[in-house]
Amino acid sequence: MKNIFKIAVLGVLGLFIQSCGNGGSSDQKSGAITGNAAERVYVAPGEHDEYYAFLSGGYSGNLTVYGLPSGRMLKEIPVFSQFPTNGYGYSEETVPMLNTSFGFVPWGDAHHPDISQTNGELDGRWVFINENNTPRIARISLETFETEEIIEIPHSAGNHSSSFVTENTEYVVAGTRFSVPYPQRDMPIDEMKGNFKGPLTFIAVGDDGRMKIDFQLKMPGFNYDLSHPGRGDSHGWFFFTTYNTEEAHTMQEVNASQNDKDFIAAVNWKKIQEYVQNGGGEEIDAEYAHNVFDHSTQTATSTMENKVLTVDPREVEGAVFFMPTPKSPHGCDVDPSGEYIVGNGKLSTDLTIHSFSKMITAIENEDYEGDAYGIPILNFESTLAGTVKEGGLGPLHTEFDGKGNAYTTFFISSEVVKWKLGTWEVLDRQPSYYSVGHNMIPGGNSRKPFGKYMISMNKITKDRYLPTGPELEHSAQLYDISGEKMELLLDFPTHGEPHYAAGIPADKIKSKSQKIYRLDENEHEYAATSESETKMVRDGNEVHVYMTTVRSHFSPDNLEGIKVGDKVFFHVTNLEQDFDVPHGFAMIGANTSELLIMPGQTKTITWEPKKEGVWPFYCTDFCSALHQEMQGYVRVSSQNSNVPLKWTLDDEEIN
Amino acid sequence: MKKSGILMVIGSVLLLGLFIYPLWNIQLEAPQYPDPLGMNIYISGIQGEEEFDIQNIDGINHYIGMKKIPKPAEMWEFNVFPLVIGGMAALGVLLGILGFFKVIGPNWFLGWLILMSVLGILGMMDFNNWLTDYGTDLDPKAIMKLTDSEGEPLSYKPPLLGSQKILNFTAHSYPKAGAYLMFTGMLLTLVAWWIGKKAKATVAK
Repeated sequence: MKNIFKIAVLGVLGLFIQSCGNGGSSDQKSGAITGNAAERVYVAPGEHDEYYAFLSGGYSGNLTVYGLPSGRMLKEIPVFSQFPTNGYGYSEETVPMLNTSFGFVPWGDAHHPDISQTNGELDGRWVFINENNTPRIARISLETFETEEIIEIPHSAGNHSSSFVTENTEYVVAGTRFSVPYPQRDMPIDEMKGNFKGPLTFIAVGDDGRMKIDFQLKMPGFNYDLSHPGRGDSHGWFFFTTYNTEEAHTMQEVNASQNDKDFIAAVNWKKIQEYVQNGGGEEIDAEYAHNVFDHSTQTATSTMENKVLTVDPREVEGAVFFMPTPKSPHGCDVDPSGEYIVGNGKLSTDLTIHSFSKMITAIENEDYEGDAYGIPILNFESTLAGTVKEGGLGPLHTEFDGKGNAYTTFFISSEVVKWKLGTWEVLDRQPSYYSVGHNMIPGGNSRKPFGKYMISMNKITKDRYLPTGPELEHSAQLYDISGEKMELLLDFPTHGEPHYAAGIPADKIKSKSQKIYRLDENEHEYAATSESETKMVRDGNEVHVYMTTVRSHFSPDNLEGIKVGDKVFFHVTNLEQDFDVPHGFAMIGANTSELLIMPGQTKTITWEPKKEGVWPFYCTDFCSALHQEMQGYVRVSSQNSNVPLKWTLDDEEIN
Repeated sequence: MKKSGILMVIGSVLLLGLFIYPLWNIQLEAPQYPDPLGMNIYISGIQGEEEFDIQNIDGINHYIGMKKIPKPAEMWEFNVFPLVIGGMAALGVLLGILGFFKVIGPNWFLGWLILMSVLGILGMMDFNNWLTDYGTDLDPKAIMKLTDSEGEPLSYKPPLLGSQKILNFTAHSYPKAGAYLMFTGMLLTLVAWWIGKKAKATVAK
């Protein structure tokens, strides 16, 4: 209780400090908007934005694509959640993407996107994103802007300190926020302490992007919150913040907030990689799904894996250390040089910055203040580079502009604070509206940030937009950070609850964005690449319809011989080879979704007719002037009728 | 006659550019096509400017009942034109060499140019006839049947040369590198004749 009281007092104090900082501004809503802000975010019709921003959708399970500085939403990419808009997670081809060791999971909680890197710089090949609830990591292609691969993380729970990539995308990491029995077993909850583990998983990424779990580090049962890789000199290391080092199993709100300091775990993954390459570690049973979407067959396959390599950190000399960090630190951010590791002490007023070079010296001198389950705890003073004093209340996340400055979000005092690396002095602060979570500078967690804009992702929207009932979308804010002071330029609503974002200059990826799928490369098992290949095939009570679309008709468009109780597979191929000419397919009464089929693509949806009759289907995407005419009929006969299969277009049988 | 013969050879050889570069180009520009659809007309067939342009032009044209853009095998011109151009180039080179060695006089060059011009004009007339047929011989079951102010069916014939608005499209029809090389070549043969004639007159004096 005492702590809560303290926070409350600090909160009030914070508000006081903040309002002083604003010079008692009366017009708090617009803040310090400069006169030409509109001009600076205006992207004229037909012009392109300067940056892509990929915002996680949080509980939407998806990833949204925005343009900066306009704040225009360009696309929602389905990742961990079913998406009836285009049939993702409903179509036969994509259902395997959502398969897990728990079976089909239709929803996910998407948190932290991170763009692949080469030599510590964004390379724009893929964006990775983690799923917190049923631990998974997805890889999204930045050529097709589609989810290509999802790997489940076994023995983990609450995959939060993820999905950050190392400097050359050697690894993407997954952590465990809710420590659990390792491996899972039936045991009393209150025996958690000392018996639960918090595995950290290192997933190797191949040159083709393919993910494979290399090893799992069996860490003490703390809560591993966020992480970032080392870069430059600290390349080869990975840093994870922890909370609940108290190992409380109930009322964590209070019981996990007792220690004055938790830890940042420093993991020398290069050492462990070497160790496992030399046969180290123990292979244990595991069950996890590995789902891969193949672009040539346009079909996903789900493979269930059953082994994982586990490594006891104590077995690898000099591989893992703890750096004490106040207090329940949340964000774990590494500056562009790789020297400074920032612990955003969520329940503290201060930011704690560790020095990588001092950490190495402390390790060499065995400058320990104890150990936790056999893992050395480095002396706090020995790794400390500095403290940003009273930056605000509730620091969460820090990004960097590449010009020696850092930008930290303060949740409780609801502001963004700019400070200087090395001197630790606060240079500027701007109020945010309201309760800011993450912030993002394109490339802001790489060796080469593009320090022109920053967005903050705010948790509370309240009076920022026209009210839309009790449930509101969240809000992001765009700042110009090119000058000495941050300037708030724009508010824009976001979809779901963005937990983090990744930004990249548009020029790095826009020319690679694919326009169509080539029909002559379509290897889908049920593709019909011309109208003459369209047909119906019965196999017991399953009927496969090989169908095509082209402006503005289906082939076939009259189908007979289907019976009540059949399961009909509509395999629809879009014959178009022109940019931005999708066709849709919707069947009356289908218990699935529509299909949205891009040029050259084949997608499949099932329909189980329950009633006799003549039932229409149609194109759902306004494809052409004759879109309304793009329709057809399916005749459904009784279960024991003997109407033969017949498929026609313009009253002519197709063969 | 030496200089004149060399020019005649060069001029004739330039015709062979038509085997590499397109003769003509027709582009269709519309609001929905910020990157215009285009076709390059070669002496041996028609190709899209981008890989799928022909398919997409056909797709649009089907609304107004136009025929598909012909494949090389569907038009005799695409078999005959390469023979004519190849033959004329060979003949021109032969005449040039004979002129170089003073076996024949420069008027042969002029004769070649006249023959080439006649063939060229016939070719253009044929091309124009095809455009007319393509733009007016429409499928009676066409989805959209449009008429002009007189109530006559609208012609979708692209211009032989220049730009013209056709429904929502603006068609641009202009010669391309192959044609320019041919014109340059023909001009050179004219120069060859003129130089040859002057040289002959000087010798005669």
